[in-house]
Amino acid sequence: MKILVCISNVPDTTAKISFTDNDTKFNKAGVQYIIGPYDDYALARAVELKEQQGGSITVLNVGEADSEPQIRKALAIGADDAIRVNCEPSDSYFVAAQIAHCAKEGGYDLILMGRESIDFNSGVVHGLVGEMLNIPSFSPVMKLDVAGNVATFAREIEGGKEYLEAHLPLVLGCQEPIAEWKIPNMRGIMTARTKPLKVVAPVAVAEAATLEKYILPAPKGAVKMIPADDIEQLIKLLKTEAKVL
Amino acid sequence: MAVLIFVELDNGQIKKTSLEAVYYGSEVAKMQGASATVLAIGAADAASLAVAGNFGAGKVLHVGASEFHTENAMAYASVLAQAVLQEKADVVILPKSGLCDAMSARAAAKLKASVVSGAVELPDLSNGFTVKRAIYTGKAFATVAMSGSIKILGVKKNAVAPIESNAPAEVVAFDVLPNAGDFSAKIISQEKASGELSLTEADIIVSGGRGMKGPENWQPLLDLAHELNAATGCSKPVSDLDWRPHHEHIGQTGIKVAPNLYIACGISGAIQHLAGVNSSKCIVVINKDADAPFFKAADYGIVGDVFDILPRLTKAVAASK
Repeated sequence: MKILVCISNVPDTTAKISFTDNDTKFNKAGVQYIIGPYDDYALARAVELKEQQGGSITVLNVGEADSEPQIRKALAIGADDAIRVNCEPSDSYFVAAQIAHCAKEGGYDLILMGRESIDFNSGVVHGLVGEMLNIPSFSPVMKLDVAGNVATFAREIEGGKEYLEAHLPLVLGCQEPIAEWKIPNMRGIMTARTKPLKVVAPVAVAEAATLEKYILPAPKGAVKMIPADDIEQLIKLLKTEAKVL
Repeated sequence: MAVLIFVELDNGQIKKTSLEAVYYGSEVAKMQGASATVLAIGAADAASLAVAGNFGAGKVLHVGASEFHTENAMAYASVLAQAVLQEKADVVILPKSGLCDAMSARAAAKLKASVVSGAVELPDLSNGFTVKRAIYTGKAFATVAMSGSIKILGVKKNAVAPIESNAPAEVVAFDVLPNAGDFSAKIISQEKASGELSLTEADIIVSGGRGMKGPENWQPLLDLAHELNAATGCSKPVSDLDWRPHHEHIGQTGIKVAPNLYIACGISGAIQHLAGVNSSKCIVVINKDADAPFFKAADYGIVGDVFDILPRLTKAVAASK
């Protein structure tokens, strides 16, 4: 089985978000970057599936050179080779078109990624890739098994779960608890250094959405503390001040 | 020019967040001097769908064929794309949800449309088509210029405050041929909690953390939720420990919510949890630890034992009605 795992290179979940250049650029200073947490779940399940049934894992990132530590980490966790499409991942449609192009060339049975990236939270890339390749896509997938060319998986739906069965090839957007995150071991880190990482130029796609400006939310007002023995005051404030009751 | 709005149904009724999307789409149509048409897929009667008119829509296209009664993002996306072409729509509005994100993605690829998810305000049409959207899990916003000839927009809860009128819309049957490829996956089974208020739709959410000390202690929290007609949620450790089901997990890697009122009981307020609740209008935090980081993100705070405060709060809510 050939698996393609798409990873995003995103600021750590605890990173302080700020902007520079007159609010047109993300301020990377002092920010720790990570593999997108949802993508990391997808990668972990891919490694487990490979351990069970053999095959290969290619990891794909649409991003600039500063993604490479995260790509190497994915290789250390268990991917066999990597592709980086060298460009700024600006718009969902653009990113999806790059993934679809690489996927067509590689002929993968399973294309896994996170349900969404945690920087732009669009949750549309898996659907776009599926449609561009004319194969089914599902998200958010929280359990996945593959037997032969049939995948059985569970998808979270509003207020519950749905269990599905579908033939490969498939595109799946993943989330917990599909697998536990994997921490690379020393041997993995050593071998990752020499695994192939191919850098390719992006294919031309008409730009459909352009980011103009970043905006930070207005600072939150100070919390109003209410004595534990005066619950009625809270009810009153929620009714008359916050007007939410 | 036309605006097409997709609405989600729950038991044959248009969901509240979808009615907000109808209002949003109708306002965009007004700005453009265009018509606003709604697309509804699934089982529903005409009277329930006509309600969309009260939120500004002129017409409702209804796909009621039984093949479409079960939610299927791929099949729904095919229907949406057909409706866009039939209505010659250049703006497509959907409420932001898992189903709608999947539909907008597949429809965008079919129509070569530009797609933006997470709009928090009406677009600015003074110079092209610019929309403000939430990014970094609600920690920031960005304005995005959309340039495709068809624009698909996912709208977050509370992006607009709808004004309701009494103008029921005309409901028209929309006949589509199901595309076999969209039905290639087999649904083996569904587990769905029935009668539960959905977290993404709820105006009030009562949520519990590790401070609840165990699944057997949830009753006081459920009682408060019941009294407030609220949905119930939990923090990640609580769902990881299986105290509560995974679909209640609110946070960075769980559900992101935007209620009017969020009441956090015994949740310390890790940054990953805050990422899931920072779009709430008002946050109340109850925690026995006065140094809990959640207080910094709260509007109102009470330092105290949740098991002492919750029953008294439930009584006070009942008394205030």
